[in-house]
Amino acid sequence: MTVTDVRKDPAALTLTVTAEFDAPPERVWQLWADPRQLERWWGPPTYPATFTAHHLAPGSRVEYHMTGPTGDQPHGYWEVLEVEPPRRLVFRDGLAHADGTPDDDFPRNEGRVTIEPLEAGRTRMSIQSRFPSSAAMERYLGLGMEEGLTQAVGQIDAILAEKGAAR
Amino acid sequence: MVVPMASTFNPDSVFAALADATRRDIVLRALTGAEGVAQLAGHYPMSFAAVQKHVAVLERAGLVTKERTGRRKVVRTNVEGLRVARSLLDEYEALWRGRIERMTDLITSMEETVA
Repeated sequence: MTVTDVRKDPAALTLTVTAEFDAPPERVWQLWADPRQLERWWGPPTYPATFTAHHLAPGSRVEYHMTGPTGDQPHGYWEVLEVEPPRRLVFRDGLAHADGTPDDDFPRNEGRVTIEPLEAGRTRMSIQSRFPSSAAMERYLGLGMEEGLTQAVGQIDAILAEKGAAR
Repeated sequence: MVVPMASTFNPDSVFAALADATRRDIVLRALTGAEGVAQLAGHYPMSFAAVQKHVAVLERAGLVTKERTGRRKVVRTNVEGLRVARSLLDEYEALWRGRIERMTDLITSMEETVA
């Protein structure tokens, strides 16, 4: 398990996940900077992501879609706010309509990625996700967003795996 | 954190129930508890029977209940159930744990390819 810390602040509507990797910061940065690598981890296995626009610069817009098991293709985008290779990336993450225009029915959250070197060529990465308002959270709670939905699918898989192992 | 309500919810049925766009929409509409199954059915391009089935799935998952108000039966979302089932931050935690696991696998597998 490489996740070393998880902090939830329901009042500030933030979640911070910290992980450590046995690789230098430049290598970890590539996970974000190389769209082909990004595609291999952004979407869950059942919803692999395809990035169709990916230029990490302030003001730039990153675009992607995910492809679900039934061929459904939820679209998403990032508004890139800050880029400082290989240390820092700040972006707003939202869902979009099929034509790429933002789907404002779903809350955007702001992601702050911080990458720092540790001793022995290891790296610590923390990702803080901040939601704009509790109203946005309520909407999310009611509607479910693709991320949540695919996560639900992942949790079902995990539950099934546990059941299988228990037999 | 101990959430007593959680014990009454089966994650299998809750997530399966929410894995459908129509059912998520029903859950949203039923927050006000103003409509019965027939009225809910009017919002969707599908048969009354199909909507009834969706409501039944949600009911079994504990996400909605049918309540009698006067002569009518209305469908009402069990908000507590929804909260327990889908706490946003918990979901995001699980989402990022999955992503970090894939990142780790990716770094490891690419190192092996180079070696």
